[in-house]
Amino acid sequence: MNRFLLVSLLAALSISPARGGEVDISGSVEMQARAFWHDPQWVGQDDQALQGTVISTTEIRWYNEGGNQRAAFIPYLRWDATDEERNLTDLKEAYWAIEGDDYELLVGANTVFWGVTESVHLVDIINQTDFAGDIDGEDKLGQPMVSLMLQRDWGEITAFVMPHFRERTFTGVDGRFRAPLPVDTDNPVFQSSGEEDHVDFALRYSHYIGDIDIGLNLFSGTSREPRFIPAADGQSLLPAYDQIDQFGVDVQYTKDAWLWKLEAIVRDGVTHSFAAAVGGFEYTFYQVSESSADVGLLLEYQYDGRNEFEPVTIADNDVFVGTRLAFNDVQDTAVLAGLSYDTDTSETFVNIEAERRFGDDWFVELQVRAFSGAGQSDATIWLQKDDYAQLSLARYF
Amino acid sequence: MNFKREIPALLAAVFLMSIAYAAQANQDQGFEIAARSDRTDLGFGDSEVELQMVLRNAAGQESMRALRIATLEKPDESVGDKSLVVFDTPRDIEGTALLSHAKILDPDDQWLYLPALKRVKRISSSNKSGPFVGSEFAFEDFTAIELNKFDYTYVGEVPCGDLICDVLERTPRYENSGYTRQVSWVDQTHFQIRKVEFYDRRGDLLKVLELTDYRNYDGIWRAHKLSMSNVQTNKQTDLIYGDYTFNAGLAANDFVKGRLSRLR
Repeated sequence: MNRFLLVSLLAALSISPARGGEVDISGSVEMQARAFWHDPQWVGQDDQALQGTVISTTEIRWYNEGGNQRAAFIPYLRWDATDEERNLTDLKEAYWAIEGDDYELLVGANTVFWGVTESVHLVDIINQTDFAGDIDGEDKLGQPMVSLMLQRDWGEITAFVMPHFRERTFTGVDGRFRAPLPVDTDNPVFQSSGEEDHVDFALRYSHYIGDIDIGLNLFSGTSREPRFIPAADGQSLLPAYDQIDQFGVDVQYTKDAWLWKLEAIVRDGVTHSFAAAVGGFEYTFYQVSESSADVGLLLEYQYDGRNEFEPVTIADNDVFVGTRLAFNDVQDTAVLAGLSYDTDTSETFVNIEAERRFGDDWFVELQVRAFSGAGQSDATIWLQKDDYAQLSLARYF
Repeated sequence: MNFKREIPALLAAVFLMSIAYAAQANQDQGFEIAARSDRTDLGFGDSEVELQMVLRNAAGQESMRALRIATLEKPDESVGDKSLVVFDTPRDIEGTALLSHAKILDPDDQWLYLPALKRVKRISSSNKSGPFVGSEFAFEDFTAIELNKFDYTYVGEVPCGDLICDVLERTPRYENSGYTRQVSWVDQTHFQIRKVEFYDRRGDLLKVLELTDYRNYDGIWRAHKLSMSNVQTNKQTDLIYGDYTFNAGLAANDFVKGRLSRLR
């Protein structure tokens, strides 16, 4: 068989048009190994330096014949060998959606991302953070919702009604990344008498004008960020979820190799109203030294005006510097390295992520995260011994 | 008047004018041939197609990507087409999508959708000469080739396969191109581009694109195999297209940035 025939045959086999009355099933199995090089700091934490996790994600997607309806069902299972609080069964997505020329109605669990910045995601509020999964806040839990999107010449408006609240995940007694007392996720405290069934609302406007992309967001409901209250027996911390109202704006100005970014919020919180903002730029040198690689430089400044009675944040008065290396090779090799530095307290957080594909189906990621310099009032004061490196190997199918 | 001195100057002026005239004529002819080729495409409305990208390194090792491209025609030659590229494989980037609103001379508006975070990102389109997803196609080769993005000069005609081709030199008018010039072969029968040579910023031959397996869809021609060979690195990328669907009923609202997060 000549090569062209072979290629054509492979092409015919692998093009499976998952459109029009079809079900598309895919997924991945990921193995993570975490290595900690400091002994644990708190009583009860497992002192194994190497800790393992297995994650399975299955994506089942359906599209109707006419192409105006679709459904997704994405179960996510995580099993951790060390900390049972890191075990998770979630539906990242489980929805049905119907769309017309200028609207979409979606019912079910979904994940929605808002925002433009890299170092902190201030305006992104629809989905709860799976903190036990990843401390970077980018792992999310599926949010049950009814959402209606309207597309107009002057932009896109989406309304969200969220009838059920998802609690944040936290590592357990055995796990790292916790305060001296573990978080008791079985006994959350809600400000609303409706507790997790309080109905939350959100509204998003999104558009672009020339080189400027803009988003405006309103949220009214249960804060995704909890405060912590010591339990009566003094053995744990109870997460406390308050009612908040929040207005957010995200703007990006894209000009040549520059991306200028700003996110800002005003929140009517537990005890006061405050503002927070993150802004900066990303500049990319394309094809450095006549190679295919791009090198991006990132600089962002984070401000947060919240007082000590509000949920604690790491991003309160920090400068973030980072670099993004994209090799633009067949394997999509990329490295993102960043450092956040608190100009008030010298609290420092280093984050390095490197990834590439092997063959067609394997994907490898290396993460290194390190904490230092935190003062008594800093969010990472309890994590100073939790520096780690993580190697993850994923097989896609 | 000193004729002895003026006549050579006059002759020189006439000679130079005729060269200029010939150059202008070559440019006009070049543009006309390019425009005639471009206009064979006029009125396609919208199209959808699935394709395989086969990347081959110098040692012959292959890797594959499967993608879908939807295009919405903007008949006005002063406005670019809109296109949406969605990746189906490799599986780890399944669902990654690139939305482009092509401009003629200004940078295109481009948004990238990253399914892992469900994030829509406006990206800089000044990276014209960078490789598109690790392939031998640069972004500027892959986004819509608009007639008025280039200046043209007619070079001559040569046989190309069973056909006769006009040879045009075209130079990018937009900024940040990786090329000083391109040489394209356009056949005189169907007015389709058969081959393009790309010359890098040093003026050296960098890549050769061959367009084959042309098929006619009610008057609209489409090549179904595009082979881009990098003559400096010996890497090659083939694009192998399935059947096109025209007039699939796509509209402007199918090419808005918010649509990226609703594709699947």
